[in-house]
Amino acid sequence: MFDALQQRLSGALDGLRGRGRLEPAAVDATLSDIRLALLEADVNIAVVRGIVERLRERLVGADLAPGLDPRQHVIRAVDAELRAALGGDHVALDLAGRAPAVIVLAGLQGAGKTTVAGKLARHLASKGRRPVLVACDLQRPAAVEQLRIVAAGAGVAVHAPFTEGDPVPVAREAVTGATLAGHDTVIIDTAGRLHVDDELLRQARAIVDVAHEHGGIARTLFVIDAMVGQEAAAVARSFADVVGLDGVILSKLDGDARGGAALSVREVTGAPILFASVGERVEDLEAFHPDRMASRILGMGDVLTFIERAEQAQDAEAARDAEQALLDGTFGLDDLLEQLQAVKRMGPLSGVIGMLPGMGGAAAPDVDDRQLVRTEAIIRSMTPAERRDPRVLNGRRRRRIAAGSGTTVPEINRLVKQFEQMQQLMRQAAAAGRGGRGGKGGKGGKKSGKGRKGAQRAAMQAQAAALGGLGGPGAAGAVPGAAPGRGLGGFAGLSAPGQPPRPRGTGDR
Amino acid sequence: MEGLFEGASLVAIMAGVLALAGGLLGARRARGRSTGQTSTPMHEVASDAPAAAPVAPDPEAETEPAGVTGRLARTRNLLTSALAELVGAGLDDAAWERLEEGLIAADVGVQATNAVVADVRRLAREGGVRDVDGVRRLLRDALVAELSSGERALRRRDGDGPTVWFVTGVNGAGKTTTIGKLASREVAAGRHVVLAAADTFRAAAAEQLGIWAERTGAELVRGEEGADPASVAYAGVDAALASGADLLIVDTAGRLQNRRELMDELGKVGRVLAKRAGGIDETLLVLDGTVGQNGIAQAEAFHDAVEISGVAITKLDGSSRGGVVVAVQRQLGIPVKLVGLGEGIEDLEDFDPVTYVDGLLED
Repeated sequence: MFDALQQRLSGALDGLRGRGRLEPAAVDATLSDIRLALLEADVNIAVVRGIVERLRERLVGADLAPGLDPRQHVIRAVDAELRAALGGDHVALDLAGRAPAVIVLAGLQGAGKTTVAGKLARHLASKGRRPVLVACDLQRPAAVEQLRIVAAGAGVAVHAPFTEGDPVPVAREAVTGATLAGHDTVIIDTAGRLHVDDELLRQARAIVDVAHEHGGIARTLFVIDAMVGQEAAAVARSFADVVGLDGVILSKLDGDARGGAALSVREVTGAPILFASVGERVEDLEAFHPDRMASRILGMGDVLTFIERAEQAQDAEAARDAEQALLDGTFGLDDLLEQLQAVKRMGPLSGVIGMLPGMGGAAAPDVDDRQLVRTEAIIRSMTPAERRDPRVLNGRRRRRIAAGSGTTVPEINRLVKQFEQMQQLMRQAAAAGRGGRGGKGGKGGKKSGKGRKGAQRAAMQAQAAALGGLGGPGAAGAVPGAAPGRGLGGFAGLSAPGQPPRPRGTGDR
Repeated sequence: MEGLFEGASLVAIMAGVLALAGGLLGARRARGRSTGQTSTPMHEVASDAPAAAPVAPDPEAETEPAGVTGRLARTRNLLTSALAELVGAGLDDAAWERLEEGLIAADVGVQATNAVVADVRRLAREGGVRDVDGVRRLLRDALVAELSSGERALRRRDGDGPTVWFVTGVNGAGKTTTIGKLASREVAAGRHVVLAAADTFRAAAAEQLGIWAERTGAELVRGEEGADPASVAYAGVDAALASGADLLIVDTAGRLQNRRELMDELGKVGRVLAKRAGGIDETLLVLDGTVGQNGIAQAEAFHDAVEISGVAITKLDGSSRGGVVVAVQRQLGIPVKLVGLGEGIEDLEDFDPVTYVDGLLED
């Protein structure tokens, strides 16, 4: 929806290059840009005002670290401010204490409470807890039926005795009977509400009170749609005031909204954001990371989540094999096929690509998941020998493959050509990754384990930035021997021209 | 520790694969969105302000009509205080800026706000308008004019066969509820209505629509969970033809607009429906009244996929004002046709720009 903040800031800050301090006038112009960027990301206007004022204090007259571009200095300050505003470090849901732990899910209509209930139950079950889902949304037609189906999908128990009437006794029965039924966690799905509806808010309050009656752990979690605009602040405040909240779950974060609502809710309520709901499958619930969200709001990509998903999508051994094959020059089309399948497991292409710096919002390329299927079909129509070495593909073979895969010869030509280019560039990148390991590893030996991990992550970020076509001098410099400025993006159209490097390449995390 | 570094190469490989597999080569879509406009700081827009003139406070307390206006006015409106400030401080730059902030606080969005306010400033200068009442009128007229373009009545079929309405939107926007309310209204008007539950994805979506059908006396057509939604739409047309229905309303599964394959699926449902029914009379996009600027992206993507002919804005019963419809109308020319106000079966109104804008600007 808007350009990355870096691009916005460049004009205002160009005049600063070479000076040692940030002048008030330049700070003003910059803050004005930041204000717009935050407003366009749907951060509440009052919250924006607070953030901009805090940034002003941070920036005016600040000494610039030698050698640091003023733009990078500002972006770093903005990033730090947003991260702090989003809660700093990741906070986990704490359910330690007397069982059963009771979780009440509250939120606006359509926020995704029922879906989140299933995901949360599944998540907690995978952590060894024994959850039961309780149907206390007796307002929306078929909400109870939906929860039953969701519970079955998540493989957890459900307590849904009624489809209409007063939900408070249902909650009480579930809480008091939980231990006997063998459940240590009770997750209560409540009716969605419009926040001005006092009656429904009171009902939610009553359910929360029931959750507290047993004297054990009780947590009220507020589910909010990441696409909500300016209203997020007011809605969260009214829920916090009347119902009280212990934590927040951000839903539909797999959409392309900037998610400024996260910032608004956190600023207004002070409650930590615990989870992000990121897809339609029951396992699509992730821990919420304030630093990544800060990057997303600013349009700076989310490389860490990308890496995490990539690591989940294939086991370490397969990844090592692929890397080795690259270095040996034996990376063939069958290896590509395996990687394609891993990419598919990472989710829809548009979402995955959006995590790379400079690829979110308007910069996001128009990608088509079906193209993946076509590419797969082409490779599957090849013989093992052809897959190992595409150079044997003559015209005859190409025609056969086109017929076999339902594609055309030009498509095959393009695939082969791109594959060759990719092979070469990935070899360089992989080699650079190895170089980085040696270089950083020595230095990291002196640091604490955590610091070393940070340095490694930073190296990966720089690596990914280079791949995203952001391989300017900054990124290349951050990792000794990193791929030259021409990253993979150089050929693949992944690059976002004119983007300065991602400002976190020096392991300052 | 070692594993982390393999992550770096892994990213290298994955990014390469992505680039290749996505067919990105030369396929970047030129979206043609002007971003230059947004980067204009607001105070620049404000630089050509007319000379400030002290004006008297507006003593006139307008009466609150019911419906959209009354409900929109429940919560204190930033815009109102902005206008009040215009009264106290005169029309200086800061006051104009406050006015802009008021529109932004109603989710109108930075671009649309800048454009609307720039228009109003120009008109104020040209017309020599220096008092707050005048500015309020100019702003109101500008917004009403923008939201009035296009046909706002739901389209119906003149000739043979049932009228077909096709309802789309992201998850949780309020599609099924809106359909329930529409069905209630249409049945009450003496029409025979068929509802087709082409949301075969979400758990219990068909049950939810079924309950609405029971409540309203409409006929329900549904498929198995996981069935091809296009086939349900097709069956819906068959049922509507067989029973000589006046109206067929097709519900669809909510989908986030960046899910390309789901948008393609929606396009297919639309094509099958149009072919079988001899056209679709109305394709509605349901927008959540609390949605922020993502509403524009939603409208663009759904318009690309199925050519939206009207917007229904829901959940305006909160203090949300759904200002993004101003931007949607402005950028895509899609008129708002319906307003969902609350949870009751009767809480659906035809969109009236004057009432809506008055609500937006009301005390």
